[in-house]
Amino acid sequence: MFDGFVKPVDEMSACNRLPRQKGDIVRLPGPCGPVSGRVVESLQGGRELRPVAIGNEPVLVDRDVQMALWVLYELFYRGFEGVDAGREWDPELITLRGVIERRVERELRSATRGRLNQLLAREEAVGDLILDLVEEDEGPSLSSFLRRDATVEQMRDFLSQRSVQQLKESDPQAFLIPRLTGRAKAALAELQYDEFGGGRASHLHQDMYAETLVSAGLDPRYGAYIDEATAVTLAAANVMSLLALNRRLVPVGVGHFAAFEASSSVPSRRIAAGLERLGLGAAARYFEEHVEADAVHEQIAARDVCGAVVEQTPDLLSEVVFGALCTVHLDRLSADDLLTRWGVAGDESEAAS
Amino acid sequence: MNREIQVFACPHGPLLVRGADIVVDESGDEHAVERPVVALCVCEGSGRKPWCDGTHKSIRRDLP
Repeated sequence: MFDGFVKPVDEMSACNRLPRQKGDIVRLPGPCGPVSGRVVESLQGGRELRPVAIGNEPVLVDRDVQMALWVLYELFYRGFEGVDAGREWDPELITLRGVIERRVERELRSATRGRLNQLLAREEAVGDLILDLVEEDEGPSLSSFLRRDATVEQMRDFLSQRSVQQLKESDPQAFLIPRLTGRAKAALAELQYDEFGGGRASHLHQDMYAETLVSAGLDPRYGAYIDEATAVTLAAANVMSLLALNRRLVPVGVGHFAAFEASSSVPSRRIAAGLERLGLGAAARYFEEHVEADAVHEQIAARDVCGAVVEQTPDLLSEVVFGALCTVHLDRLSADDLLTRWGVAGDESEAAS
Repeated sequence: MNREIQVFACPHGPLLVRGADIVVDESGDEHAVERPVVALCVCEGSGRKPWCDGTHKSIRRDLP
């Protein structure tokens, strides 16, 4: 009988046979609660996952639950030092992941339902709809605050929080490619080719972000700031994995991605200006690159990727738009989260925009 | 190299150009194309011409 626990393949830890670059070794995060504690303990000790209960509080803003999910997802990206790579498909861990994922999905659906119904009542092509809904968002503008008012410490905090998703920029969405077909697949691959450097390792966007961290006097290593990451920082990164690693959510994933690209070009310009203002001009290159890159990407992602998905299967329109609204919702949570963390009132950030 | 150059005009947005190696602007200056697809500014508002920088969005919002 299957005992529900995957044993290491052999004596030698399989994770040590994967290709790695210097600085790539990721350490498990320190304890931050009962759920992530159980996951870390199980991975650290190479032991079966002990039972865990998820409380009834919202999980999107629960740091412990988001940390657990982040660790569970990382098994699918770069793994952890000293953890057997075979744990990626450990059924107990997958089960826990599924429980958390359903909670996250439910919260995202309920937070966006009203706006989704309004948008679906419009008779607009999906590409226009996504670009418009991002533009119409009236949440607090984090990038405007960074451009005009942020201190060096606040800018560094922003860069290190953002590193949780940017150091694996586009990695989650790469999992979408084999789940798409035809024009949607071709368009996403075209876009990803640019994200992954267009054949030049020096142009890998995720590595350019690492250079940005160095220029700002920060630690460029993958996972370096995980112990400082807030619940919302983790959630924003986790939702990308949720939508890319579950095939049933692929239409939501493409919508999320299109809105993510559509909310990058203008903010990147502001962040680059903020870095220049603070004398951190060398760190601005990544954001400068994204002004131009994402002015292209937002059009392709919204019109070609999402356009093709909805053209192939018109019923998927609401799932695609829901995905775009997930981005808007998480952006808003992130802006509130950081502005609150810095003691900046909502009014001040509004005035700056 | 002979390859087809494709141009797509995005409604209320830039021109997407695929397959070009060089873009020549109105003063005759040449700009090398360094990505698979580039977006060319149409609204005249970009701070990074000839490339689109998303400025058309704020211009559009100011229209009546």
